[in-house]
Amino acid sequence: MAMAAEDIERMIKEALPDAKVEIKDLAGDGDHYAATVISPAFAGLSKVKQHQMVYAALKGNMGGVLHALALTTSAE
Amino acid sequence: MADINAFIDNEVKSNDVVLFMKGTPQFPMCGFSGQVVQILDYVGAPYKAHNVLENADLRQGIKDYANWPTIPQLYIKGEFVGGCDIVREMFQSGELAQTLEANGIQVKKAG
Repeated sequence: MAMAAEDIERMIKEALPDAKVEIKDLAGDGDHYAATVISPAFAGLSKVKQHQMVYAALKGNMGGVLHALALTTSAE
Repeated sequence: MADINAFIDNEVKSNDVVLFMKGTPQFPMCGFSGQVVQILDYVGAPYKAHNVLENADLRQGIKDYANWPTIPQLYIKGEFVGGCDIVREMFQSGELAQTLEANGIQVKKAG
């Protein structure tokens, strides 16, 4: 089970259109990614809330199809 | 099973620091869980660990409880603090030790 980096990026941008998204395939296996998401929508929110917004954008794929997504979020 | 929510709620509120992880602190079964264990051990905070691999209800229940899709999950004084990425960021910035101390939890002094 795996997910393409482009799909991850597309889903995040659908939910957070103004976000800058950078995805790295850490192991080259399409299953272990690191994502950096920068969006003004995160301003003033806790890290937990920021990450929850990204997880929500991935619509249940996180923790399922997508095993490992190391996440870094910031507002700027 | 509705009781799992009550169980989790009681666990995180009756223990200062609770970690839900895959495996045990001695034998983590996932790299992310292992990282949080290492951080907590380094900081020197006492914590209670639950192995979600031993209990399918707990494994799903904890995801529902925090609205958080992954494990590990760290709780301090009943508050969900984050998963591996957030805990690591907070550790690196010193915020984790500050949060623990602010909650009256003994940590090792640096140096």
